[in-house]
Amino acid sequence: MKHDESLKHDEILKDKDGHPLIQRYKPNERTNHWITAITFVLLAVSGLALFHPAMSWMAVFLGGGQWTRILHPFIGLVMFASFLILVIRFWHHNFLDASDRQWLRQMPDVLANREEKLPRIGKYNAGQKLLFWALIVSMLGLLLTGFVMWRAYFSHLFPIGLIRVASLLHAFFAFVIIMSIIVHVYAGIWIKGSMGAMVRGTVTWGWARKHHPRWFEDEVRKRNR
Amino acid sequence: MALQSLDIKRISATTVQPPVAREPVTGTVAKLIDVSKCIGCKACQTACSEWNDLRDDVGENIGVYDNPIDLTPQSWTVMKFAEHENNDGNLEWLIRKDGCMHCEEPGCLKACPAPGAIVQYTNGIVDFHQENCIGCGYCVTGCPFDVPRISKKDNRAYKCTLCSDRVGVGQEPACVKTCPTGAIVFGTKEDMKTHAAERIEDLKSRGYENAGLYDPAGVGGTHVMYVLHHADRPALYSGLRNNPSISPVVGAWKGLTKPLALAGMAAAALAGFFHYTRVGPNEVSRKEEEEAVHDAQRIAEERHETR
Repeated sequence: MKHDESLKHDEILKDKDGHPLIQRYKPNERTNHWITAITFVLLAVSGLALFHPAMSWMAVFLGGGQWTRILHPFIGLVMFASFLILVIRFWHHNFLDASDRQWLRQMPDVLANREEKLPRIGKYNAGQKLLFWALIVSMLGLLLTGFVMWRAYFSHLFPIGLIRVASLLHAFFAFVIIMSIIVHVYAGIWIKGSMGAMVRGTVTWGWARKHHPRWFEDEVRKRNR
Repeated sequence: MALQSLDIKRISATTVQPPVAREPVTGTVAKLIDVSKCIGCKACQTACSEWNDLRDDVGENIGVYDNPIDLTPQSWTVMKFAEHENNDGNLEWLIRKDGCMHCEEPGCLKACPAPGAIVQYTNGIVDFHQENCIGCGYCVTGCPFDVPRISKKDNRAYKCTLCSDRVGVGQEPACVKTCPTGAIVFGTKEDMKTHAAERIEDLKSRGYENAGLYDPAGVGGTHVMYVLHHADRPALYSGLRNNPSISPVVGAWKGLTKPLALAGMAAAALAGFFHYTRVGPNEVSRKEEEEAVHDAQRIAEERHETR
């Protein structure tokens, strides 16, 4: 009967429907994530304003053209710093293994909500892991090319040919990161309960077992230790 | 400035057609700089400062006549003095008036992300409208001639306007007006080409076999042209580009990449929307929640049994 008591202890944390909850993200991790997310949105809209005439109106979000030009690179530095802390927190969860490769091969099952057919996933699935690495690569690329393009302070240090290549690459990495985040945001909307993980920090046991069964088992074992 | 009276052909960061019904019936204009007639007096530089109310900072003499050393936000034209030793061992002083070339296909305008900051009039003049400039420096990145300069004072880009304000009321640019040797002339591009042909013929008769007109095709021709004694080697004239064109990197950045990337992002967002409306959200059922509780109990029991 001892284990029942321990379960009872766990059940202090419950959602509105009475389902027991597991903590997935601590408050500092959530804050860190949302700082990165908010700066990303500001950078995406201001960057698009500078990228395509159809998006020029988006310069209003940072207060017009001149302010967009002034603020965009500084906000970029904030995003990079914030993301760097996320990387330090989470890098060890993000190495692909054999079951991740199997998961990727079964993309049609993933997209059709047939997770019962998928290999048992740990804390993150292959999609989340690939996003993590795509973000690292594109953020580094954006940082380095961004410095070369930063006319007010740094461009005079570089030859014009390098500035031109940096401008093209900056647009390329921006495209990669925006596409990645579109997928990331959509996954958060599609998989109900994910948003709760980043807003409240918790997920239900059912959610954890359905989407991340190996992580669920580990968490339950930790509780019963 | 209202667009109607300016007869604008292209506007930066604008995808729709500007009003083009009015067009100069005599064709575009051009300034012809006859390098062989230039004495390097810099009257044109002074006239430019006077007319445009520009006063550059006093610089330092580094032992050459170039003054200032390069174009600045306050010096829209600068005489560049190149010493060239010809095949006969004689010194030739190749003096070139540097400044905006007013390209028919302007790299600055192509690269500019600020709507209305750079315009090209139907007469061929490329003009910066500083009130719309955001100071990003993309025009510098786009220019094949290294002409635009960003002011540190107001973070806006400046360059030669070809005195669009004077030309707009039927006058010639200030540098043309003041040139004491007639080395700079202004008129329709066709007339300037005719005039240049006469000058080139004259130069050839005087032994400059390679004399020719500098009107580079790589940028669709320019509305500032040079008569050069050594038209086969423009680079002799303080690094005038031999075959200038908009860099293919800039072309890719501000060409096909732009609409393709935007279409890709829109497609990704739409794909998400349609996936959601076809497959639906992925939700955890009440039954699955109960199963998880049982599973947790089972795991806890296993642990106790193995203990």
